[in-house]
Amino acid sequence: MLSPWFLCRNEDLKEMLESNKESLKLEAMKRIVGLIAKGKNASELFPAVVKNVASKNIELKKLVYVYLVRYAEEQQDLALLSISTFQRALKDPNQLIRASALRVLSSIRVPIIVPIMMLAIKEAATDLSPYVRKTAAHAIQKLYSLDPDQKEHLIEVIEKLLKDKSTLVAGSVVMAFEEVCPDRIDLIHKNYRKLCNLLVDVEEWGQVVIIHMLTRYARTQFVSPWREDAVFDENSAKAFYDSEEERRVDQSKPYIMDPDHRLLLRNTKPLLQSRNTAVVMAVSQLYWHLAPKHELSIITKSLVRLLRSHREVQYIVLQNIATMSIQRKGMFEPFMKSFYVRSTDATHIKTLKLEILTNLANEANISTILREFQTYVKSQDKAFAAATIQAIGCCATNISEVTDTCLNGLVLLLSNRDETVVAESVVVIKKLLQTQPSQHSDIIKHMAKLFDNITVPMARASILWLMGEYCEHVPKIAPDVLRKMAKTFTDEEDIVKLQIVNLAAKLYLTNSKQTKLLTQYILNLGKYDQNYDIRDRTRFIRQLIVPNEKSGALSKYARRILMAPKPAPVLQSAFKDRDRFQLGTLSHTLNSQASGYLELSDWPAVAPDQSVRNVEVVEPVKETGAPALSKSKHFDAVSWPVCVSLQASSPVFVPETSHELLHRMTGKGLSAQYRFTRQPCIYGNSMVSLQLTLSNSTDQALENIHISEKSSTGQNIHRFNAIERLEPQASVTVSMGVDFNDSTQAANFQLCTKEDEFSVSIQPAVGELLLPITMSEADFTKEQGKLVGMNESSATITMTPENVSSQSVNRKVVSVANLGVIPSGQENIYRFSGKTVSSGSLVLVSVVLKDPDAVITINTEKTVMGSMLLRQVKTALTNSGP
Amino acid sequence: MIHSLFLVNASGDIFLEKHWKSVVSRSVCDYFFEAVERATEPENVPPVIPTPHHCLINVLRQRIYFVAVIQSEVPPLFVIEFLHRVVDTFQDYFGVCTEAAVKDNVVVVYELLEEMLDNGFPLATESNILKELIKPPTILRTVVNTITGSTNVGEQLPTGQLSVVPWRRTGVKYTNNEAYFDVVEEIDAIIDKSGSTITAEIQGVIDACVKLTGMPDLTLSFMNPRLLDDVSFHPCVRFKRWEAERILSFVPPDGNFRLLSYHVSSQNLVAIPVYVKHNISFREGSSQGRFELTLGPKQTMGKAVESVLVSSQLPRGVLNANLSPSQGTYTFDPVTKLLSWDVGKINPQKLPSLKGSMSLQTGASKPDENPTINLQFKIQQLAVSGLKVNRLDMYGEKYKPFKGIKYMTKAGKFQVRT
Repeated sequence: MLSPWFLCRNEDLKEMLESNKESLKLEAMKRIVGLIAKGKNASELFPAVVKNVASKNIELKKLVYVYLVRYAEEQQDLALLSISTFQRALKDPNQLIRASALRVLSSIRVPIIVPIMMLAIKEAATDLSPYVRKTAAHAIQKLYSLDPDQKEHLIEVIEKLLKDKSTLVAGSVVMAFEEVCPDRIDLIHKNYRKLCNLLVDVEEWGQVVIIHMLTRYARTQFVSPWREDAVFDENSAKAFYDSEEERRVDQSKPYIMDPDHRLLLRNTKPLLQSRNTAVVMAVSQLYWHLAPKHELSIITKSLVRLLRSHREVQYIVLQNIATMSIQRKGMFEPFMKSFYVRSTDATHIKTLKLEILTNLANEANISTILREFQTYVKSQDKAFAAATIQAIGCCATNISEVTDTCLNGLVLLLSNRDETVVAESVVVIKKLLQTQPSQHSDIIKHMAKLFDNITVPMARASILWLMGEYCEHVPKIAPDVLRKMAKTFTDEEDIVKLQIVNLAAKLYLTNSKQTKLLTQYILNLGKYDQNYDIRDRTRFIRQLIVPNEKSGALSKYARRILMAPKPAPVLQSAFKDRDRFQLGTLSHTLNSQASGYLELSDWPAVAPDQSVRNVEVVEPVKETGAPALSKSKHFDAVSWPVCVSLQASSPVFVPETSHELLHRMTGKGLSAQYRFTRQPCIYGNSMVSLQLTLSNSTDQALENIHISEKSSTGQNIHRFNAIERLEPQASVTVSMGVDFNDSTQAANFQLCTKEDEFSVSIQPAVGELLLPITMSEADFTKEQGKLVGMNESSATITMTPENVSSQSVNRKVVSVANLGVIPSGQENIYRFSGKTVSSGSLVLVSVVLKDPDAVITINTEKTVMGSMLLRQVKTALTNSGP
Repeated sequence: MIHSLFLVNASGDIFLEKHWKSVVSRSVCDYFFEAVERATEPENVPPVIPTPHHCLINVLRQRIYFVAVIQSEVPPLFVIEFLHRVVDTFQDYFGVCTEAAVKDNVVVVYELLEEMLDNGFPLATESNILKELIKPPTILRTVVNTITGSTNVGEQLPTGQLSVVPWRRTGVKYTNNEAYFDVVEEIDAIIDKSGSTITAEIQGVIDACVKLTGMPDLTLSFMNPRLLDDVSFHPCVRFKRWEAERILSFVPPDGNFRLLSYHVSSQNLVAIPVYVKHNISFREGSSQGRFELTLGPKQTMGKAVESVLVSSQLPRGVLNANLSPSQGTYTFDPVTKLLSWDVGKINPQKLPSLKGSMSLQTGASKPDENPTINLQFKIQQLAVSGLKVNRLDMYGEKYKPFKGIKYMTKAGKFQVRT
């Protein structure tokens, strides 16, 4: 570092920094950043650099920031010189400058400025610009790691920022929450529904963090959805023999999913289609840990899709699939072929695929899998071939039908030319034979024959152990093997020597006539071995089996000690115990707890109070977020935090029925039908979206089909693009938008072809002029309370018995009108909400059942629409039939 | 989250480091180098390496390892996905992501990394936003900057950052308005010895290059959207419309982007466009082996199979290969034992073949496995799944854009076992 060259170079840079020319300074800073990037020490330039912190040149300033953040910790006193510049920049009208000042200020790890940072964060948390607020959320974590004593104050800021409606802030503040106070679950309650609803629009990195946090949250707040299926999951015999009593208990308390639980599952599902693999994985683990078992299958396809991604992504995804496939084979079985190994895969990918294939094996597919394994055994990658043999062993123990086939296949492999393959086969055969030794003495004989050609110590040791253990099945061969081993004892590896001693002892006990001398000889050799383990073992065995006057009571039991029946080893997956970790986490990948890992709690037996998540409806006017400052400059930035409660949600029910617009007889062969899609219209906020199907039933092509420019009534119509040519017997579907202005007056217009014009009209039902919105029950009652008097219309009807069930009421109402269903706490009250398409006024419908009557109430400012809607709902509910 | 990032080249030198929290000594990479040494191939380095105090997550792209240092729990995919995004951004900025490119543009790289992460958490990863903050270096701009003293760094917050369409900047203007879409499908397949398909699936993407003025709202519809089994979208695609109407409706980002990737799995749908006839055999006791390979078109729907490249890892015992191709050129590397044959176009009248003998180490026993053959090819003007775009409409702007669509089929991971 202190070479004269370097010194002089630094002098050079110092001079440049102190010059008056911006361009020279910039050049110097660029070189310094180059030094930092290479990991060279440039700290002695600190005084010269810090002077430029207030530079007007924005690039120079940024580079100085980079330098400051890197070295401020080392040069604390000098760093303080720059603080006032940042404090000034925090008040700058430009939001980018405010934000970057806060970023740098909070990145300078100098304890003295903690109070200044705290103040800056608090101020930035109420900034008008969501971008600055996002930066504030990041700064919270930095301050916390610098000074954990600030926790209480920081939690206050987090609480404030959690209420923020901006999608930009949501991810960052949840990240801060996870870092600073992950146990303060109470802060989430009120924001839970908002977070669920915002999720789709949050940037992808924020989505990952929020989904992980919500998974943890849900496990503490909802009851397990798995209870019911547990019965079906077990083999059906158990369900059948279940005592009647138990079943009745089950039926009397059917599991009903908390609507908030459902909301989370519903809102995360579209994210499975994200391009970001981390998001897909996060949703998958959420479903794995939270969804009812029968809904789990939707994540399979997405996970399999991720396997096409980069090598590193594959690795992580395969690990998670391996854990999943142990518990739920059925999920991945249809995609078995996606886990077939390619010769170009990396070793760790191959091993994981093998693991998964082994987990997926069952009676039905085992023959396919074994055929595939045969190819792998021949692979040039011998480590992989060895792993395949292990896998075959696993399949053989798990599926008893194929044990013999596998065993025979493995025996064939014993004559393979590759040592590792042979060794692995021996080890696996040993494990397999332990399960049923008596039928396989010929295999043991075969192995004894091959023994001379096998050189891998582990394999030799395994064969010797087998000989000793089952010496009674091969009474002639075992002593002969021992004789050969006595000759080569001194040249063997340690593990082999131990097994020779073992074999000698066992043979001595069962067949002392033939092997007494041999055993003596081997024990003598072992006595003077270099390895103390072997000397120990020899001494122990000698005392145990050779009776002499000093030997204690133990030698009487020698036979029972050495020849005790041994339990067969269980071949099980290495991923067996990984499910203790939340999927998708670092801890799961490492199979050990990483620092900062937050455990998933078990489901509570009884759900905690649901009402904690209810949010009072706040006046939309006040919603505009940060305090209203008169600096209009940033208003573009804040105008969009939307009032969530009035945002249209997706329709509950979309009717398939289409209405005739133009009959083919009147249309000279052109027929048209229309249908309400019930989606928000893309052409304009106040338009109703329609789908038009045009068909040509003539025998010539129709040309230039379009809607004429002049519209006879006052409605604003978004026309579909002219269809240049419609072939005979062909049909085409187009979409258009009509602004009905919240009235059921028909929209009249001309449908034209090249030759003709046809007057047509669309008469909307009142229910189609609405868009569904979701709100909580509490919001509903509150809003309803405001719309009374002449805004309320109600009627009492007598319900037909088949309409009384909750499903049929819901279905009837949503089929008549495009309304959203509100999850209701009471059994006999049904609530629906929507808004009119054009003016956006609220429309609230409630149906209260009082056997056998029902009271329908409709509250809306649009009284005409209200009474028309009432009539329609009434007819729908009194009519029987579907 | 992400603590530090080290860039390591193929020879094991750290040529760039960046820290987002306090500095982590580069000696932490020693654990990584150990893992590299243990792995036989660069691809075999495990992506996640635990060390006593940190955890190293690495990604290998363009023969550069991007090693991220992690200190506490974080979803590993989060880091991996981010690192890949960094590489993509570099490629976008510098054309290539090589050691030389990074070293030449070290200041831009540093500025980019500074904007992409704050305190280890991603801040701006959308290329449109980054390009407004930091302009990509071009020769023209460098010249202008030296003369006028202006900078590459934007002074205003990018417009996309705060809008509901963060992927698109406002005020885009073009004299020629054009929108091009490339439907590219890759066939992944394993063909067994006898020529029957063990597994085959199609992975498709639609890459778009959209240069349109203003805020256009596009809808793209397919003739047969049901074909698409599993899809993932660019965030700009409106998921609800896809769910309801199977139409892609979106406000596109400006420039190049991947609109959609999809998956067609069901096996009977996949037409395998080429077949391989092979006869590779070694005789026991002889130091010669026979090698014969013939390629031919199968179900190509009348289109030509082009840019065919055959590669195969021959067994270790093979010393040399003496082959003669009927067309194209072949190379055999005696060190890595990699045989590759650049075939070019397949002419159905005169099928390309590669025949000859291989010489084996004398005395060595016959290799017990025959090599796997990897195949690459391209078919222009064909989407093998049969996917067809129906029409593209534009709303929200008045002008008429120029529209174009191109189809192509390629081999993905296409293997023939022999």
